[in-house]
Amino acid sequence: MKLLMNLLKSPSFLLGAGLFFLTILFAVVGPLVYHIDLNTTAGSYLPPDSQFRLGTDNLGRDVIAMLISGLRSSLYVGFLAGTIATVVGTFLGVYAGFKGGWIDDIINLVTNLFLVIPTFVVLILISSSLKDGRSLTLIGLIIGMTTWTWSARAVRAQSASLKSRDHIALARINGAGTFTILVKHILPYIASYVFMVFILQVASGILSEASISMIGLGPYETVSLGTILNDAMRNEALGDGVWWAFMPATAIITMIVFALYVINTSMEGVFNPRLRK
Amino acid sequence: MFKNNPTLRYISHRAAWYFLTFLVAVTINFFLPRLGTANPVDIIMGKVGTGLDTEAAKDKEESYLKEFGLVEVNDQGELLRDEAGKPVKTSNIKQFGRYLVMCFQGDLGTSFLNYPKKVTEIIKDALPWTLALQIPTIIFGWIVGNLLGALAAYRRGVFDRIFFPVALAISSIPFFAFGMLLVYVFAINLGWFPAMGGYAGDLIPSFSLTFFKSAAYFYVLPFLSIFLILAGGQAIGMRSMGIYELGTDYIKCAKWFGIKENKVLMYLFRNAMLPQLTGLALSLGSMIGGALITEMIFSYPGLGMAILTAVQGNDYPLIQGCTLLVTVSVLIANFTVDILIGFLDPRVRAGNQMGGK
Repeated sequence: MKLLMNLLKSPSFLLGAGLFFLTILFAVVGPLVYHIDLNTTAGSYLPPDSQFRLGTDNLGRDVIAMLISGLRSSLYVGFLAGTIATVVGTFLGVYAGFKGGWIDDIINLVTNLFLVIPTFVVLILISSSLKDGRSLTLIGLIIGMTTWTWSARAVRAQSASLKSRDHIALARINGAGTFTILVKHILPYIASYVFMVFILQVASGILSEASISMIGLGPYETVSLGTILNDAMRNEALGDGVWWAFMPATAIITMIVFALYVINTSMEGVFNPRLRK
Repeated sequence: MFKNNPTLRYISHRAAWYFLTFLVAVTINFFLPRLGTANPVDIIMGKVGTGLDTEAAKDKEESYLKEFGLVEVNDQGELLRDEAGKPVKTSNIKQFGRYLVMCFQGDLGTSFLNYPKKVTEIIKDALPWTLALQIPTIIFGWIVGNLLGALAAYRRGVFDRIFFPVALAISSIPFFAFGMLLVYVFAINLGWFPAMGGYAGDLIPSFSLTFFKSAAYFYVLPFLSIFLILAGGQAIGMRSMGIYELGTDYIKCAKWFGIKENKVLMYLFRNAMLPQLTGLALSLGSMIGGALITEMIFSYPGLGMAILTAVQGNDYPLIQGCTLLVTVSVLIANFTVDILIGFLDPRVRAGNQMGGK
């Protein structure tokens, strides 16, 4: 509670949370107040006017409607990937850090292996082999399964440092099993840390989706912020100076990622008093 | 000999580890694309088979199957057939064995799209551009970012209050978004720099002054779009490391002794730099990935563009060749950073385990 109060006192946390809340609002309330119709088409690349406030895309679809549904998809992928990456990574990291020994060695080896092999490459390889049926869920799953290494590495170090604390030894004397110790006596200590990792994982999930969609390996027949950029790039929007085809989408992605980063750094500032001064 | 030389032992350890990683990467590179159902020959047949009658199409298909090593062949180079007259498919394991041998021989197969061009030839044309763009950008971005970050941590005050939010904002812009923005503002609107390509369209790559001038001119925007974001991100990391180090006893002690500010800053920089180097090693993969996408935005004639065209044309051998090469480059870059850490970190030289592992 006190932590939360401290967080709310930090202006940068308020800025980040506010920006993030705005994007969520745009995604959730948007479809309720704005009529979304991706099937009716007007002229291609119409500039913004009173009917289409942000113009139309290459197929003549309303850019605002595209943005709202694209943002929903991107947030979905981001949260799905972030959740998977955090859950898998936290579980493996906490377990490895606590157990030590050969289990730790093996998990550590696998983590480091997949940290070095670029995620981008793995994403390209999997996505390009799945030509049909690349749904948003599948993409989120793939991203989550390739980025858990970051959480695992971060959490492992924390867990390993907690292992030798007295309360763990006490719990052990009282006959608590490994699982109980992990859940009741280690996780609460690193919860804030895990949450920070989660925020970064969501941000990287959104970025990964955008990058993979941008090179044309994104979800099939679904609009996401990345596919909007891919359409714009493939249809010469950049060269023709059709800013409304790509600028709003990039602005939204940047805003979400910025908001999440600001939340992360402000939390770091609150949890690590040395940075505060 | 290794016992007496911890640095050498450290390096050979790392080399063995990276070799293992390389083997895993090659395995992933081979098996992941085969998860899906798409048969590469069907795809290429769709391109070359049009206009041929069934008999001719079948002949052609079989010659492709043979060429890409997807079917069994006897000693005379003829296809082995089962009872129904269909060619016998090579098992995945056997294909993998062949793939490994080919990889070590430096043969990455033949491109589908640019048949009969070899994948290695395409990569050989693209690689110099990517290296020329990424190596200087990453090195300069790292150095400049860290210097600025250390300065911000040391000075705090107004400089930090302006610098930190700006760096944070810049570093959270995705590479591609920043690239697009730069193209839109400086190339399309202002017309100061060219929007796409690596050199003027009427030139042929050669070692002449005009060509270098043109290449340098086209270099500015892609360079800036990667450099600024990278420097921003490094600066933020260095700033928090620096603030952390400033609170430590050895810095306080140095200050109390009245050691000159510049010298204290040097102590600070040296100690805060090592975690930053480790951080660089860890994020090289995503940096290079992001920079490849930047190449796509600028239609820069490097690996990024090769990947993009390969993906768009379902050119599996080229995709696999590029991804393998990117992975290997990341591994080499990582190894280099690890060696650098080995030389810079006295703990490693003393034979201890690396801090934090």
